[in-house]
Amino acid sequence: MNNPRLRAIAPALIVGIGGLVLWELVLTVLNPQAFVLPRPSVIAGKVVEQWSTIVTATRSTGFVAVTGLIAGAFFGVVVAVLVSRFRLVSEAVTPLAVAVNAIPIIALAPIFNFWFGLRSPRSNQGIVVLLVFFPVFVNTVRGLTEVHQGQLDLMESFAATKWETLKQVRIPNALPYLFTSLKIASSLAVIAAIVAEYFGGDQAALGQLIVQQAALSRYSSAWAGVLAGTLMGMALYLIVVILERRLMPWQVTETERPGG
Amino acid sequence: MNDVVPPSIAVEARGASKVFSRGKPNQVVALENIDLSVRRGGFVSLIGPSGCGKSTLLRLMAGLVPATEGEMLVNGKSADQARRDRDYGMAFQSASLFDWRTVARNIELPLELLGWSKAQRADRTKEMLNLVQLSEFAEHYPNQLSGGMQQRVAIARALSFEPSILLMDEPFGALDEMTREHMQAELLRIWGDTQTSVVFVTHSIPEAVFLAQRVIVMSPRPGRIIADIHVDLGSRDVDTREDPEFFRKITEVREALRAIEGH
Repeated sequence: MNNPRLRAIAPALIVGIGGLVLWELVLTVLNPQAFVLPRPSVIAGKVVEQWSTIVTATRSTGFVAVTGLIAGAFFGVVVAVLVSRFRLVSEAVTPLAVAVNAIPIIALAPIFNFWFGLRSPRSNQGIVVLLVFFPVFVNTVRGLTEVHQGQLDLMESFAATKWETLKQVRIPNALPYLFTSLKIASSLAVIAAIVAEYFGGDQAALGQLIVQQAALSRYSSAWAGVLAGTLMGMALYLIVVILERRLMPWQVTETERPGG
Repeated sequence: MNDVVPPSIAVEARGASKVFSRGKPNQVVALENIDLSVRRGGFVSLIGPSGCGKSTLLRLMAGLVPATEGEMLVNGKSADQARRDRDYGMAFQSASLFDWRTVARNIELPLELLGWSKAQRADRTKEMLNLVQLSEFAEHYPNQLSGGMQQRVAIARALSFEPSILLMDEPFGALDEMTREHMQAELLRIWGDTQTSVVFVTHSIPEAVFLAQRVIVMSPRPGRIIADIHVDLGSRDVDTREDPEFFRKITEVREALRAIEGH
């Protein structure tokens, strides 16, 4: 246990594995009917058994979630920059964005299916984009506008233009806010993609797989689909964390302060 | 009114007033009829209780807020023009460094905005790091530095483009006493090396007297100049703090400030 990285993840690893073992043991001892809650070993077995189906479904759902996440985050950031930069845009767009956010977006899935075609991935991508947009937009606007007054005075004392201040101060200041929202949005994107797939889109996707297997009472296969979705959400979250460390090296450096 | 300012004057206020929320119930007269001229190469401290308008006066000099009445001339032109010509550098109580830039890149930010080439910027940054004695910390991030070191970076940044004037708003206000005295000595050394004119806002009487050749005492509501005390201590060093003249001047400033409380 001399490896500091290993030591950092060890507690979570122990609790996680312990939980799985407990789950397995409790179900083996109490022996409830398998469809209520299958044992982890059974779910794992299903994943192995239906490997190619699950990989195909995960790929299809992953495509929808990732492209939707990227597009939603992109629009969120662009609109946030415009809103923070131009008061007129802010007055026009902000109430509209709040109104759009009040729509139960998942409920739009059947309507989107009608617009884009029942089997088109476009409709599910649209759902993900809409769902991702709002948290990214709101958080980025905060990061762009909640800047220390001293830093703004300083830029003004350098006779910096508004675009220079945006580039040098507001955008870097917004990065931590953006990444907080991306962490929320990465899980949201997977959830949105899977739930949207319950209603339509590609048939070989995780949402369809879960619905179909559950309808056929093959609950351990449905659980295998849930497991794949969970791993995908975790992977996306991890990618966001890695990007965060890459793009904000000043945040992870040790804060030891020399004297003087 | 528009007499030419002689080149020997760095900053000149002529009947400058600043009223916030004019004509509204919450109207505040922050500054009233300020006349003040700062000699080129001089070191002037502004002192007074909070609300006396000393920071507002500094912001007026910086062209960050316009005067309501009267004039503020910096290097013989309007404060706003001087700002656009980058005639002054500024430092605040919060060092206001950019967390996402290393020490070196914080110092070179104004040079970047001025369009200097990379090589030019690197040369000047090296010079400035030497000046504030932080050469080994060029690649550190601000959150890895102590408060005193952060202020030295802020001063280096303010001076990087060689402005003729340095405007400072309680830059050492958040530092402990030991660091503060060290930083005061550092600032005087830098001032001696660069021949910059300095206007220094503070609420510490010994700091004002130790640093400046002139201490301007201000009173609040409305902000006015009530005393202009010349300090002749020669070149300052550790012994200056025990000089009887130093204590006499401290007493003089304190009595001027006490007169405000009197009414």
